[in-house]
Amino acid sequence: MNLAVKDIQHNVGRFALTAFGIGMLLMVVMGMGGIYRGVIEDAILLIDQTDADIWVVQRDTRGPFAEVSRVPRTLVHRLAAVPGVESSREFVYHTIQREHEGRPIRIAVLGLSWPDDHGEWIPLIAGRPLEQNHFEMIADKTLGLHLGEKVRLGKETYTVVGISTGMIGTSGDGIAFFTIADAQAVQLDKPPEALRLDREVRRAQMAENDMSASTPALTERVARASNELPSIAPPEMSAALVRVAPGASVEEAASTISGWGDVSVYTQQQQKDLLLKGSVEKIRQQIGLFRVLLTIIAAIIMALILYTLTLDKIHSIALLKLIGAPNRVILGLIIQQALVLGVSGYAIAYFLGQQLFPRFPRRVILTEQDLIQLAVIVIVISILSSLLGIWRAMKVDPNEALS
Amino acid sequence: MNILFDRKPSLGKHVSDNLAIETKALTKIYGSGNTEVVAMRDASMKVRQGEIVALLGPSGAGKSTFLTAVGLINPPTSGQVIIGETLIYDGPLAMTNLRLFRRKHIGYVFQKSNLIPFLTARENVQVALELAGQRGGSARRRAMELLDSLGVADRARNLPSMLSGGQQQRVAVARALANEPNVILADEPTAALDSHRGRQVMELFSNVAREHGAGVIVVTHDHRALDVFDTTYEMEDGKVTEGIVTGS
Repeated sequence: MNLAVKDIQHNVGRFALTAFGIGMLLMVVMGMGGIYRGVIEDAILLIDQTDADIWVVQRDTRGPFAEVSRVPRTLVHRLAAVPGVESSREFVYHTIQREHEGRPIRIAVLGLSWPDDHGEWIPLIAGRPLEQNHFEMIADKTLGLHLGEKVRLGKETYTVVGISTGMIGTSGDGIAFFTIADAQAVQLDKPPEALRLDREVRRAQMAENDMSASTPALTERVARASNELPSIAPPEMSAALVRVAPGASVEEAASTISGWGDVSVYTQQQQKDLLLKGSVEKIRQQIGLFRVLLTIIAAIIMALILYTLTLDKIHSIALLKLIGAPNRVILGLIIQQALVLGVSGYAIAYFLGQQLFPRFPRRVILTEQDLIQLAVIVIVISILSSLLGIWRAMKVDPNEALS
Repeated sequence: MNILFDRKPSLGKHVSDNLAIETKALTKIYGSGNTEVVAMRDASMKVRQGEIVALLGPSGAGKSTFLTAVGLINPPTSGQVIIGETLIYDGPLAMTNLRLFRRKHIGYVFQKSNLIPFLTARENVQVALELAGQRGGSARRRAMELLDSLGVADRARNLPSMLSGGQQQRVAVARALANEPNVILADEPTAALDSHRGRQVMELFSNVAREHGAGVIVVTHDHRALDVFDTTYEMEDGKVTEGIVTGS
């Protein structure tokens, strides 16, 4: 006869409520672990998905995810000429916050190197990749946009032609994919009044120049749109991505490029390390410490609950001792209940987590490794937290059965 | 001097010459110095196999202290407790594994039935059998036999809270008998029962003593059922008077 099970059956309602409470607590611990993992996964997702061997960024910067990086668009052609480089492409990435249908929406804007890249590699759950070089976008489902929906960004309206899944920026915002030109248009969008003021400034500067007197046509030309002026550089990109030819050495190509004075070079792994040790490091540490704290709190609460459950059974324990029950029977009663409580709480936490975590604004990723680790921790906590109850039970005198 | 009984019949034939319990000059002192309280002083008693003994006395006379010392729950300050032929306590020193000895040789019945609340009537009996090494089916069958012999088999599946005081006491008796102990100790087992039920329980102990050859000590206030006992002792101020043979 299993005394632990018999006691649980007798107090099933109370026990279930206790297990539910512990389950909620463990769900928070599990969730914090999932958020921790989600932050890491989100941070490196883009780097993995873009699948570039080398990231070329503005000299002495840490790349587009850590800080502002500006490199000229012509860089891709220089890179394509480096021995061992199979291909190079432009990379534009920035985050915007706009209002859409009366609600704020944060979008991580990523430019696809049109016409080479239509976004075929993006995991779509609806729609299609880009088919024209303007006014189309692919939106991640976390942005809450629908297929065919029109989104006004700046002066232009973009149509959602595809819905992706799992495409999250390093800051946790859903990614929207545009062509490079559209991504830059969204980034550098200026209101008409600002453009008019820019032109007036150029015209005024020209008027003060002697050349305006000798060549009046110049005054008229500087007032044209900036993209029509060869003296004004075209918009820059965030980085250039390089793929190394099969069989060629990534290190050799990176070494060659790093000799250029205007860029810094990172391999894929270095870019990941920069992210994990840089921009997400503090949040990673904070969540990690919070998780440890929650685990300790869970252990303390479980210990108190088990101690209280033991106190409720003091008379029965004294009686068992009186009729000759050996210590192992009493130990078994308490430890088995602690384990049942811990395992039930874990199962409840897992079940509730499966229902609730997908509704969280940021990704909560439960990996098998983390789940096994938490299961082991719960078992250890269950045993440790039962020690207080065991200590009390061992102190019980059989005489107490007579009182 | 006990003046309750004026006849001195001999012990019945069911009583063996072999001793089930013997206590020698048991003394129990609580506290020390100014706070010292002598709860029991030089208490000696002999209970033979098959003999049922009543222990009378006012509250605070030391009856429960005596019973817990004999029951190996509360060690005496001095004196000896011998059960069967085994010296258990020599002063406060335990000469054997007390819990193991209690499990195999002693059955307890208390004023309150003292059943484990989360076990059914059958399981309360079965747990004592399983602690003594009986397993599963045989322990279940034996528990049912005992409950049947005590007339409560029909309540086997009920929790203690669903049983009347008399039924609970019968289950407690069944548990005390489960491992066929040499010694049964009962502390006011009929206090919570009406006189009819009280007498039934006392007769039950008498039958157990006779049929199982156990030595039975019953602490009681109930003078109406004293004829059930073979011998009566009285306790006052921690001392045990000489036993008076009252049995049939």
